[in-house]
Amino acid sequence: MADGVAKPDAAVVRDALGVGVAVGLSGFAFGVTSAGSGLGLLQTCVLSLLVFTGASQFALVGALAAGGSPYTAAAGAFFLGVRNAFYGLRLSQLLALPRAVRPLAAQWVIDETTAVTLAQPTRRAARIGFTVTGLTLYVLWNLTTLLGALGAKAIGDTRAWGLDAAGPAVFLALLAPMLRSATERAVAGLAVLLGLGLLPVLPAGVPVLAAALAAPVALFVSGRKAMEKDAEERR
Amino acid sequence: MNTWIAIGLTVLGCYAVKLAGLLVPAHVIERPLVRRLAALLPVALLAALTAQQTFAQGHALVLDARAAGLGAAAVALVLRAPFLVVVAAAVVVTAGVRALGG
Repeated sequence: MADGVAKPDAAVVRDALGVGVAVGLSGFAFGVTSAGSGLGLLQTCVLSLLVFTGASQFALVGALAAGGSPYTAAAGAFFLGVRNAFYGLRLSQLLALPRAVRPLAAQWVIDETTAVTLAQPTRRAARIGFTVTGLTLYVLWNLTTLLGALGAKAIGDTRAWGLDAAGPAVFLALLAPMLRSATERAVAGLAVLLGLGLLPVLPAGVPVLAAALAAPVALFVSGRKAMEKDAEERR
Repeated sequence: MNTWIAIGLTVLGCYAVKLAGLLVPAHVIERPLVRRLAALLPVALLAALTAQQTFAQGHALVLDARAAGLGAAAVALVLRAPFLVVVAAAVVVTAGVRALGG
Protein backbone atom coordinates (compact mmCIF):
# COMPACT_ATOMS: atom_id res chain seq x y z
CA MET A 1 0.00 0.00 0.00
CA ALA A 2 1.68 3.22 -1.19
CA ASP A 3 0.45 5.67 1.41
CA GLY A 4 -0.42 9.28 0.79
CA VAL A 5 -2.36 10.30 -2.29
CA ALA A 6 -6.06 9.90 -1.58
CA LYS A 7 -8.25 8.23 -4.15
CA PRO A 8 -11.87 9.38 -4.58
CA ASP A 9 -14.30 7.02 -2.84
CA ALA A 10 -16.34 6.71 -6.04
CA ALA A 11 -13.29 5.41 -7.93
CA VAL A 12 -12.65 2.78 -5.27
CA VAL A 13 -16.30 1.68 -5.34
CA ARG A 14 -16.18 1.45 -9.15
CA ASP A 15 -13.07 -0.78 -9.10
CA ALA A 16 -14.55 -2.95 -6.37
CA LEU A 17 -17.89 -3.31 -8.14
CA GLY A 18 -16.14 -4.26 -11.38
CA VAL A 19 -14.35 -7.17 -9.74
CA GLY A 20 -17.29 -8.13 -7.54
CA VAL A 21 -19.80 -8.28 -10.38
CA ALA A 22 -17.54 -10.10 -12.86
CA VAL A 23 -16.45 -12.80 -10.45
CA GLY A 24 -19.78 -12.92 -8.61
CA LEU A 25 -21.55 -13.90 -11.81
CA SER A 26 -19.30 -16.93 -12.23
CA GLY A 27 -21.12 -18.48 -9.28
CA PHE A 28 -23.49 -19.63 -12.00
CA ALA A 29 -20.77 -21.93 -13.32
CA PHE A 30 -20.25 -23.30 -9.83
CA GLY A 31 -23.97 -23.91 -9.30
CA VAL A 32 -24.24 -25.80 -12.57
CA THR A 33 -21.02 -27.76 -12.00
CA SER A 34 -22.01 -28.71 -8.46
CA ALA A 35 -25.50 -29.84 -9.46
CA GLY A 36 -24.00 -31.69 -12.43
CA SER A 37 -21.62 -33.44 -10.01
CA GLY A 38 -24.60 -34.88 -8.17
CA LEU A 39 -24.84 -32.50 -5.20
CA GLY A 40 -28.30 -31.39 -4.11
CA LEU A 41 -29.62 -27.84 -4.20
CA LEU A 42 -29.14 -27.36 -0.45
CA GLN A 43 -25.64 -28.84 -0.51
CA THR A 44 -24.63 -26.59 -3.39
CA CYS A 45 -25.98 -23.46 -1.71
CA VAL A 46 -24.45 -24.33 1.68
CA LEU A 47 -21.04 -24.55 0.00
CA SER A 48 -21.33 -21.07 -1.50
CA LEU A 49 -22.78 -19.57 1.67
CA LEU A 50 -20.35 -21.10 4.16
CA VAL A 51 -17.19 -22.06 2.26
CA PHE A 52 -17.19 -19.02 -0.05
CA THR A 53 -13.85 -19.56 -1.72
CA GLY A 54 -14.35 -20.61 -5.31
CA ALA A 55 -11.33 -22.79 -6.02
CA SER A 56 -11.99 -24.93 -2.93
CA GLN A 57 -15.64 -25.30 -3.87
CA PHE A 58 -14.87 -26.39 -7.44
CA ALA A 59 -12.18 -28.76 -6.16
CA LEU A 60 -14.53 -30.35 -3.63
CA VAL A 61 -17.39 -31.06 -6.03
CA GLY A 62 -14.92 -32.23 -8.69
CA ALA A 63 -13.29 -34.68 -6.28
CA LEU A 64 -16.66 -35.97 -5.06
CA ALA A 65 -17.88 -36.41 -8.63
CA ALA A 66 -14.72 -38.37 -9.43
CA GLY A 67 -15.58 -40.75 -6.60
CA GLY A 68 -13.08 -39.47 -4.04
CA SER A 69 -13.62 -40.17 -0.35
CA PRO A 70 -15.10 -37.25 1.63
CA TYR A 71 -11.79 -36.89 3.51
CA THR A 72 -9.47 -36.65 0.50
CA ALA A 73 -11.99 -34.36 -1.22
CA ALA A 74 -12.14 -32.07 1.82
CA ALA A 75 -8.36 -32.17 2.23
CA GLY A 76 -7.82 -30.95 -1.33
CA ALA A 77 -10.32 -28.14 -0.82
CA PHE A 78 -8.71 -27.24 2.51
CA PHE A 79 -5.16 -27.04 1.15
CA LEU A 80 -6.40 -24.74 -1.61
CA GLY A 81 -7.98 -22.55 1.06
CA VAL A 82 -4.77 -22.22 3.09
CA ARG A 83 -3.63 -19.28 0.96
CA ASN A 84 -6.47 -17.25 2.44
CA ALA A 85 -4.66 -17.29 5.81
CA PHE A 86 -1.81 -15.35 4.23
CA TYR A 87 -4.22 -12.95 2.60
CA GLY A 88 -5.77 -12.37 6.02
CA LEU A 89 -2.37 -11.59 7.44
CA ARG A 90 -1.79 -8.79 4.94
CA LEU A 91 -5.35 -7.53 5.22
CA SER A 92 -5.36 -7.35 9.00
CA GLN A 93 -2.43 -4.94 8.79
CA LEU A 94 -4.00 -2.84 6.02
CA LEU A 95 -7.55 -2.71 7.37
CA ALA A 96 -6.77 -2.60 11.12
CA LEU A 97 -10.12 -4.20 11.91
CA PRO A 98 -11.57 -4.15 15.45
CA ARG A 99 -11.35 -7.64 16.99
CA ALA A 100 -15.15 -7.98 17.16
CA VAL A 101 -15.50 -7.47 13.40
CA ARG A 102 -12.83 -10.02 12.43
CA PRO A 103 -14.93 -13.21 12.66
CA LEU A 104 -17.40 -11.63 10.21
CA ALA A 105 -14.80 -10.09 7.90
CA ALA A 106 -12.92 -13.42 7.78
CA GLN A 107 -15.53 -14.98 5.50
CA TRP A 108 -14.68 -12.38 2.82
CA VAL A 109 -10.92 -12.94 2.90
CA ILE A 110 -10.40 -14.41 -0.60
CA ASP A 111 -8.41 -13.81 -3.80
CA GLU A 112 -10.53 -11.01 -5.21
CA THR A 113 -11.09 -8.94 -2.06
CA THR A 114 -7.37 -9.17 -1.33
CA ALA A 115 -6.41 -8.06 -4.84
CA VAL A 116 -8.70 -5.02 -4.67
CA THR A 117 -7.70 -4.10 -1.11
CA LEU A 118 -3.94 -4.35 -1.74
CA ALA A 119 -4.30 -2.02 -4.74
CA GLN A 120 -5.68 0.88 -2.64
CA PRO A 121 -3.49 3.85 -1.65
CA THR A 122 -5.00 4.64 1.77
CA ARG A 123 -6.60 2.81 4.71
CA ARG A 124 -9.96 4.45 4.00
CA ALA A 125 -9.82 3.31 0.35
CA ALA A 126 -8.69 -0.18 1.43
CA ARG A 127 -11.65 -0.51 3.81
CA ILE A 128 -14.13 0.69 1.18
CA GLY A 129 -12.57 -1.60 -1.45
CA PHE A 130 -12.68 -4.64 0.85
CA THR A 131 -16.27 -4.04 1.96
CA VAL A 132 -17.73 -3.28 -1.47
CA THR A 133 -15.92 -6.15 -3.20
CA GLY A 134 -16.78 -8.57 -0.39
CA LEU A 135 -20.45 -7.62 -0.21
CA THR A 136 -21.00 -7.57 -3.99
CA LEU A 137 -19.23 -10.87 -4.47
CA TYR A 138 -20.95 -12.59 -1.55
CA VAL A 139 -24.45 -11.58 -2.65
CA LEU A 140 -23.93 -12.31 -6.36
CA TRP A 141 -21.93 -15.52 -5.89
CA ASN A 142 -24.69 -16.99 -3.73
CA LEU A 143 -27.50 -15.76 -5.95
CA THR A 144 -25.89 -17.09 -9.13
CA THR A 145 -25.01 -20.38 -7.37
CA LEU A 146 -28.71 -20.86 -6.65
CA LEU A 147 -29.67 -19.95 -10.22
CA GLY A 148 -26.98 -22.25 -11.64
CA ALA A 149 -28.08 -25.19 -9.49
CA LEU A 150 -31.71 -24.65 -10.48
CA GLY A 151 -30.73 -24.11 -14.10
CA ALA A 152 -28.71 -27.32 -14.23
CA LYS A 153 -31.94 -29.28 -13.82
CA ALA A 154 -33.61 -27.37 -16.65
CA ILE A 155 -30.53 -27.75 -18.85
CA GLY A 156 -30.37 -31.50 -18.38
CA ASP A 157 -27.05 -32.87 -19.63
CA THR A 158 -24.52 -30.23 -18.52
CA ARG A 159 -21.77 -31.94 -20.54
CA ALA A 160 -23.59 -31.30 -23.83
CA TRP A 161 -23.38 -27.59 -22.99
CA GLY A 162 -19.67 -27.81 -22.29
CA LEU A 163 -20.22 -26.83 -18.66
CA ASP A 164 -17.80 -29.48 -17.42
CA ALA A 165 -15.07 -27.24 -18.87
CA ALA A 166 -16.02 -24.37 -16.54
CA GLY A 167 -14.19 -25.87 -13.53
CA PRO A 168 -10.78 -26.33 -15.17
CA ALA A 169 -11.11 -22.93 -16.89
CA VAL A 170 -11.67 -21.29 -13.48
CA PHE A 171 -8.57 -23.06 -12.11
CA LEU A 172 -6.50 -21.98 -15.11
CA ALA A 173 -7.66 -18.37 -14.77
CA LEU A 174 -6.66 -18.37 -11.09
CA LEU A 175 -3.36 -20.10 -11.85
CA ALA A 176 -2.17 -17.96 -14.80
CA PRO A 177 -1.29 -14.80 -12.85
CA MET A 178 0.65 -16.89 -10.30
CA LEU A 179 3.11 -18.23 -12.90
CA ARG A 180 5.51 -15.32 -12.58
CA SER A 181 8.90 -16.95 -12.11
CA ALA A 182 10.68 -20.12 -13.19
CA THR A 183 10.05 -21.68 -9.76
CA GLU A 184 6.28 -21.25 -10.09
CA ARG A 185 6.31 -22.69 -13.61
CA ALA A 186 8.45 -25.64 -12.48
CA VAL A 187 6.03 -26.34 -9.62
CA ALA A 188 3.05 -26.19 -11.99
CA GLY A 189 4.74 -28.50 -14.51
CA LEU A 190 5.74 -31.03 -11.86
CA ALA A 191 2.26 -30.91 -10.31
CA VAL A 192 0.65 -31.64 -13.69
CA LEU A 193 2.95 -34.63 -14.19
CA LEU A 194 2.25 -35.97 -10.69
CA GLY A 195 -1.49 -35.28 -10.92
CA LEU A 196 -1.91 -37.03 -14.27
CA GLY A 197 0.75 -39.71 -13.77
CA LEU A 198 -0.66 -40.94 -10.47
CA LEU A 199 -4.28 -40.74 -11.59
CA PRO A 200 -4.49 -44.34 -12.90
CA VAL A 201 -2.86 -45.87 -9.80
CA LEU A 202 -4.11 -43.96 -6.73
CA PRO A 203 -7.65 -43.60 -5.34
CA ALA A 204 -9.63 -40.60 -6.62
CA GLY A 205 -8.65 -37.32 -4.96
CA VAL A 206 -5.28 -38.58 -3.72
CA PRO A 207 -3.25 -37.68 -6.86
CA VAL A 208 -4.08 -33.98 -6.36
CA LEU A 209 -2.80 -34.14 -2.79
CA ALA A 210 0.34 -35.91 -4.00
CA ALA A 211 0.79 -33.22 -6.65
CA ALA A 212 0.86 -30.62 -3.86
CA LEU A 213 4.25 -32.12 -2.93
CA ALA A 214 5.64 -30.33 -6.00
CA ALA A 215 5.68 -27.16 -3.86
CA PRO A 216 8.04 -28.34 -1.07
CA VAL A 217 10.16 -30.25 -3.62
CA ALA A 218 10.69 -27.11 -5.69
CA LEU A 219 11.47 -25.08 -2.57
CA PHE A 220 14.03 -27.68 -1.49
CA VAL A 221 15.69 -27.74 -4.92
CA SER A 222 15.76 -23.96 -5.31
CA GLY A 223 17.05 -23.66 -1.73
CA ARG A 224 19.91 -26.05 -2.50
CA LYS A 225 20.74 -24.19 -5.71
CA ALA A 226 20.91 -20.94 -3.77
CA MET A 227 23.24 -22.57 -1.21
CA GLU A 228 25.53 -23.96 -3.91
CA LYS A 229 25.67 -20.55 -5.55
CA ASP A 230 26.50 -19.06 -2.18
CA ALA A 231 29.30 -21.56 -1.62
CA GLU A 232 30.73 -20.92 -5.09
CA GLU A 233 30.77 -17.19 -4.55
CA ARG A 234 32.63 -17.64 -1.30
CA ARG A 235 35.32 -19.71 -2.97
CA MET B 1 -24.17 -38.55 4.01
CA ASN B 2 -20.61 -38.75 2.76
CA THR B 3 -21.20 -35.57 0.81
CA TRP B 4 -22.35 -33.77 3.96
CA ILE B 5 -19.22 -34.96 5.82
CA ALA B 6 -17.07 -33.51 3.04
CA ILE B 7 -19.05 -30.26 3.07
CA GLY B 8 -18.87 -29.93 6.86
CA LEU B 9 -15.11 -30.50 6.95
CA THR B 10 -14.54 -28.05 4.10
CA VAL B 11 -16.71 -25.38 5.73
CA LEU B 12 -14.85 -25.67 9.05
CA GLY B 13 -11.39 -25.93 7.52
CA CYS B 14 -11.75 -23.08 5.05
CA TYR B 15 -13.27 -20.74 7.63
CA ALA B 16 -10.61 -21.62 10.20
CA VAL B 17 -7.73 -20.67 7.89
CA LYS B 18 -9.43 -17.42 6.87
CA LEU B 19 -9.96 -16.45 10.50
CA ALA B 20 -6.46 -17.56 11.48
CA GLY B 21 -4.97 -15.07 9.04
CA LEU B 22 -6.83 -12.21 10.70
CA LEU B 23 -6.24 -13.32 14.30
CA VAL B 24 -2.81 -14.93 14.47
CA PRO B 25 0.07 -12.55 15.26
CA ALA B 26 2.03 -11.83 12.09
CA HIS B 27 5.36 -13.25 13.30
CA VAL B 28 3.91 -16.73 13.73
CA ILE B 29 3.24 -17.34 10.03
CA GLU B 30 5.29 -14.56 8.48
CA ARG B 31 8.44 -16.70 8.09
CA PRO B 32 10.13 -16.70 4.68
CA LEU B 33 9.93 -20.46 4.22
CA VAL B 34 6.27 -20.67 5.30
CA ARG B 35 5.38 -17.74 3.06
CA ARG B 36 7.09 -19.30 0.04
CA LEU B 37 5.40 -22.63 0.67
CA ALA B 38 1.99 -20.99 1.04
CA ALA B 39 2.50 -19.15 -2.24
CA LEU B 40 3.58 -22.29 -4.10
CA LEU B 41 0.96 -24.67 -2.68
CA PRO B 42 -1.96 -23.17 -4.65
CA VAL B 43 0.20 -23.18 -7.80
CA ALA B 44 0.72 -26.94 -7.47
CA LEU B 45 -2.89 -27.69 -6.57
CA LEU B 46 -4.43 -25.49 -9.27
CA ALA B 47 -2.11 -26.91 -11.95
CA ALA B 48 -2.91 -30.49 -10.97
CA LEU B 49 -6.64 -29.77 -10.79
CA THR B 50 -6.67 -28.01 -14.15
CA ALA B 51 -4.91 -30.95 -15.79
CA GLN B 52 -7.06 -33.60 -14.11
CA GLN B 53 -10.40 -31.99 -14.76
CA THR B 54 -9.40 -31.53 -18.39
CA PHE B 55 -7.91 -34.95 -19.15
CA ALA B 56 -9.34 -37.37 -16.58
CA GLN B 57 -12.22 -39.72 -17.13
CA GLY B 58 -12.44 -41.72 -13.92
CA HIS B 59 -9.01 -43.33 -13.62
CA ALA B 60 -8.19 -43.01 -17.32
CA LEU B 61 -6.59 -40.15 -19.23
CA VAL B 62 -8.51 -39.03 -22.30
CA LEU B 63 -8.26 -36.31 -24.90
CA ASP B 64 -11.73 -34.92 -25.58
CA ALA B 65 -13.59 -31.67 -26.22
CA ARG B 66 -12.56 -30.28 -22.82
CA ALA B 67 -8.96 -29.97 -24.04
CA ALA B 68 -10.12 -27.71 -26.88
CA GLY B 69 -12.14 -25.69 -24.37
CA LEU B 70 -9.16 -25.27 -22.09
CA GLY B 71 -7.05 -24.22 -25.08
CA ALA B 72 -9.61 -21.52 -25.80
CA ALA B 73 -9.45 -20.39 -22.17
CA ALA B 74 -5.65 -20.21 -22.41
CA VAL B 75 -5.88 -18.05 -25.54
CA ALA B 76 -8.39 -15.79 -23.79
CA LEU B 77 -6.00 -15.46 -20.84
CA VAL B 78 -3.08 -14.56 -23.10
CA LEU B 79 -5.30 -11.88 -24.67
CA ARG B 80 -6.01 -10.60 -21.13
CA ALA B 81 -9.72 -11.25 -21.39
CA PRO B 82 -11.82 -10.75 -18.23
CA PHE B 83 -12.45 -13.74 -15.96
CA LEU B 84 -15.99 -14.39 -17.21
CA VAL B 85 -14.89 -14.34 -20.85
CA VAL B 86 -12.18 -16.91 -20.10
CA VAL B 87 -14.70 -19.29 -18.54
CA ALA B 88 -17.27 -18.63 -21.27
CA ALA B 89 -14.69 -19.34 -23.99
CA ALA B 90 -13.94 -22.75 -22.46
CA VAL B 91 -17.63 -23.64 -22.16
CA VAL B 92 -18.63 -22.48 -25.64
CA VAL B 93 -15.70 -24.17 -27.42
CA THR B 94 -16.19 -27.43 -25.49
CA ALA B 95 -19.90 -27.44 -26.35
CA GLY B 96 -19.09 -26.60 -29.98
CA VAL B 97 -16.54 -29.39 -30.37
CA ARG B 98 -18.99 -31.89 -28.79
CA ALA B 99 -21.80 -30.72 -31.09
CA LEU B 100 -19.47 -31.39 -34.03
CA GLY B 101 -18.97 -34.90 -32.71
CA GLY B 102 -15.59 -34.43 -30.98
